[in-house]
Amino acid sequence: MPKQDYSELNPLWGDRGPVIVGFLCNWCSYRAADLAGTSRFGYPATLRDIRIMCTGRFDPTFAIKALRDGADGILIMGCHPGQCHYQEGNYKAMRRVALLRRTLAQLGVHPDRIQLAWASAAEGTTFTQTVMRMTETIAKLGPLQWRDTVSDLAPRTPAPEAEEVSHG
Amino acid sequence: MAENGKPKLALYWAASCGGCEISVLAIHEKILDVAEAFDIVFWPCVMDFKVSDVEALEDGEIDVCLFNGAIRTDENAHMAHLLRRKSKVMVAYGSCAMEGCMPGLANFYDRERIMQFVYHDSPSTDNPDGVEPQTRTEVPEGELTLPGFWNTVRTLDQIVPVEYFIPGCPPEAKWTEAAINAIISGELPPPGSVIGMDVTVCDECPRERSEKKITRFYRPYEIIPDPDICLLDQGLFCAGIATRAGCGALCPQVNMGCRGCYGPNEGVVDGGARLISAIASVIDAKTPEEIDAVLDTLPDPAGYFYRFTLARSLMERTRLERQNGHKVARPLEEVPRLDPALKE
Ligand code: SF4
Ligand code: SF4
Ligand code: SF4
Repeated sequence: MPKQDYSELNPLWGDRGPVIVGFLCNWCSYRAADLAGTSRFGYPATLRDIRIMCTGRFDPTFAIKALRDGADGILIMGCHPGQCHYQEGNYKAMRRVALLRRTLAQLGVHPDRIQLAWASAAEGTTFTQTVMRMTETIAKLGPLQWRDTVSDLAPRTPAPEAEEVSHG
Repeated sequence: MAENGKPKLALYWAASCGGCEISVLAIHEKILDVAEAFDIVFWPCVMDFKVSDVEALEDGEIDVCLFNGAIRTDENAHMAHLLRRKSKVMVAYGSCAMEGCMPGLANFYDRERIMQFVYHDSPSTDNPDGVEPQTRTEVPEGELTLPGFWNTVRTLDQIVPVEYFIPGCPPEAKWTEAAINAIISGELPPPGSVIGMDVTVCDECPRERSEKKITRFYRPYEIIPDPDICLLDQGLFCAGIATRAGCGALCPQVNMGCRGCYGPNEGVVDGGARLISAIASVIDAKTPEEIDAVLDTLPDPAGYFYRFTLARSLMERTRLERQNGHKVARPLEEVPRLDPALKE
């Protein structure tokens, strides 16, 4: 795929593009991603995928930490409802992600930055289309840059001890 | 140590409500042991000391400083730095110093919006001239100064290194006592430790639990809970499942769900994230529509989950953006309003 110029969708991107951290379940979505790879389906190079055994293992801490540390979006993908390798994991993920989106919305993170989708091991194109759709959504929202926008150690803090400050 | 051989103790309050000061006295007659064992060199809430008294001390001369309150002004930070320099052991005492607690909820807003509400918009404000506090004001007698007010409330250990943490809003007397005894005997845990328990409030709670399946949440005024059954089982929000034990499950024992004042239990990175996991797990719904219907009965989830820990959380606050050179909170990428009472 040709290199995408995301600044057309939102000038704040400059010459960089969205970073989406993906949590893909071992049994369905990660295999869908593998299939997309072996089938040479093209999709934007925005996803950094991490394999987890089941979406039920998805801990909201993962998403919050990734967003804080520079991710612009989080994509959680698992088996279709009713087809979870561990029966209930994806239902659990559905509830967690719904609550996570509401909570982060109150902190100023657009809910569309956190998305949950399904793809079975045979659905390579579902996987690539999901990544494309999400990339476009995030590209329009612009960079999140959580650290940069939040770090705010009051500038008038007495200077001499400034190097003691550990959190930014 | 002082000439009399007693270790030197300082107590200070930064952005605090005073409750932590009272809680030190809740150790009752043991306070006499404290007075016996320590040479109290600074305790502005209770005795007449001046900051210059602290400045006159050698660096590291204070053996232990119990510091309560969060850091939200230049003065708070100045005192944190000063006391840190003068103290061998710095203790973040209480939820405000440890996690931001109630003052930390200001991190849902920013300086401008807080000033606007407090000095102009709040229904009880009578301020026809629209006066706002200034860090410098010229008066005939000279210049008056006030400490600067921060956009973001910080915890003590975000500003200076801290050796020990005593959780709770305020800490229960037995932990204050345990900490003081440990200090007196010199049998201190490794630096960085929380003085308290590792497990959750549920482990101390006498209520009967079953497998939780919640189809809606209730606000406390909406139902009269059964006194023996777990409150969460009855649909009342209870943070006990992800809150550090140590208080003896005070709130659930009086029919009120735990609010989470002891902060997350040991090993949890982000208290809010832990609560999201825990609360989502007890909801009995399987389709997005059903899930949304249940979650609609839990208004203000961020307020519930980060009530005591926002300042210390991974996100630390709402999103900030630079506007005209100032950093202002931009909570909204077009998302639900936090508080309709706050005019923008
Ligand atoms: S921790 Fe609670 S009791 Fe202590 S100062 Fe803060 S609000 Fe007050
Ligand atoms: S009432 Fe709260 S603290 Fe007690 S068992 Fe239930 S969830 Fe845990
Ligand atoms: S039950 Fe929860 S809110 Fe109440 S005192 Fe204990 S930890 Fe704090």
